[in-house]
Amino acid sequence: MKKHLIGIEDLTAGDIGTLFETAAQMHDVQRREVKKLPALRGRTVINLFFEDSTRTRSSFEIAGKWLSADVINISAKGSSTSKGESLRDTVLTVTAMGVDGLVVRHSASGAAEQITQWVDCPVINAGDGMHEHPTQALLDAYTLQRHLGSLEGKHVAIVGDLTHSRVFRSNLLSLAKLGARVTAVAPPTLMPAGVGQWAAEAGFATSYDLDEVLPEVDAVMMLRVQRERMSGGYFPSPREYTIGYGLTRPRLDLLRADVPILHPGPMNRGLEIAPEAADAASSLVLDQVSAGVAIRMSVLYHLLAGEPEPLKPETIKGV
Amino acid sequence: MSPDPNPAGAEPAPALGTDVLPGRVVLDADDIARALTRISHEILERNKGAADLLVLGLHTRGVPLARRIASRIEAVEGQPVELGTLDVTMYRDDLRNHPTRSPHRTELPASGLDGKTVVLVDDVLYSGRTIRAALDALSDLGRPSVVRLAVLVDRGHRDLPIRADHVGKNLPTARAERVGVRLEETDGVDEVRIRDAAPAHQEGPR
Repeated sequence: MKKHLIGIEDLTAGDIGTLFETAAQMHDVQRREVKKLPALRGRTVINLFFEDSTRTRSSFEIAGKWLSADVINISAKGSSTSKGESLRDTVLTVTAMGVDGLVVRHSASGAAEQITQWVDCPVINAGDGMHEHPTQALLDAYTLQRHLGSLEGKHVAIVGDLTHSRVFRSNLLSLAKLGARVTAVAPPTLMPAGVGQWAAEAGFATSYDLDEVLPEVDAVMMLRVQRERMSGGYFPSPREYTIGYGLTRPRLDLLRADVPILHPGPMNRGLEIAPEAADAASSLVLDQVSAGVAIRMSVLYHLLAGEPEPLKPETIKGV
Repeated sequence: MSPDPNPAGAEPAPALGTDVLPGRVVLDADDIARALTRISHEILERNKGAADLLVLGLHTRGVPLARRIASRIEAVEGQPVELGTLDVTMYRDDLRNHPTRSPHRTELPASGLDGKTVVLVDDVLYSGRTIRAALDALSDLGRPSVVRLAVLVDRGHRDLPIRADHVGKNLPTARAERVGVRLEETDGVDEVRIRDAAPAHQEGPR
């Protein structure tokens, strides 16, 4: 496994298997009375969030704490970036305090990758612009794999705002590595430009017709419609979007029995997903949240617990 | 227990086929079977029966040993004995020195550990660090009333004040020597070998 986790691109199928194996054990820990393992005792992890996030940040925070790391959250609002400090200065300042791992979310694609150039410690990408959100894709695939047994040959529909979605990009990569077949469904305005060539290279299918796709899939993954995009003219009205691409009550009947429904959250109930779908017995939305902690524990453990490279003198802290 | 250890290099284990294993066999299948039977009886005697007994195997080779001990106790007592597995990877004090590996599964009976007599089972007792980690793991999982330790081989050289309650065989060794326990379930053959320093694989001390 590489030192940093910037994207699913960095992982082999074997790496993903290892991460899932560990996550399964971490999942058991969640059910224990004492939810604490000493593996990262004395290590410090900083959650550096330049973009709003509740679940990803708290999920990383819980994951770090259950591994006994000290976790510090820094959000851009109310931090020195709002006073004009550059990304580089913020990162260097934070790491100069003696940090063993950085979890970064930023609105610019490539921010996490850029940060790896400046610091010695492992960097975990918690979402960078429209690029990748690897831990989300890992937890989605892990949840699905636990539910379906194996992803080999399974057909998964990913529905929603594909143009702006880093979750889509990461999921596409991870599902492909695990042998699943993906059909991407979106209105033409939210289908990425040049998707035809991308789909041909990456081996996924595309469709503008949700009703046609639903009866054929083994799982359906709804993506959030980002309300901030509404003014961009991507679709005429929320109602129009729901009619064409929302997982509505009538559409549930198109799915085969017990086909799992996923949503990375936060959900816009009534927009891309109806309450009947979100709360259906086949909905894995809450399983995804608890899997998120297990996956992030697994990632933190594998990247931070060992010392894969020989220590450089300047990285030996407190010795 | 092992009256006639073979000379070095003699009689390679046939079950594994091609490679000739280095070192000499100090315990063969019969010796191991006898040692486990004795340990099982000792556990019963010490515990005055099988009440509240939980036999807990440490990954990797403690798990099949624990299973064998539990089935022997069951045969004697005529009632099932609780069996579990414990992985101590996350509790090791040398995590930083090794590339990380995935932890194995920790499986406990639904009734937990509280108030029970837990017998930890491992293959080789060496530095005592694995047992230290196991004791830490146990305290996160519950509060056993008593914890005991059964090992197939005690090779000495403790780093910590830890001792075993039940020992299959005390094996005086030099630190440079390697003790390799191989079991039917994991390696296809039952034997304990001792040899001079060699690649550390399937060794007791890790």
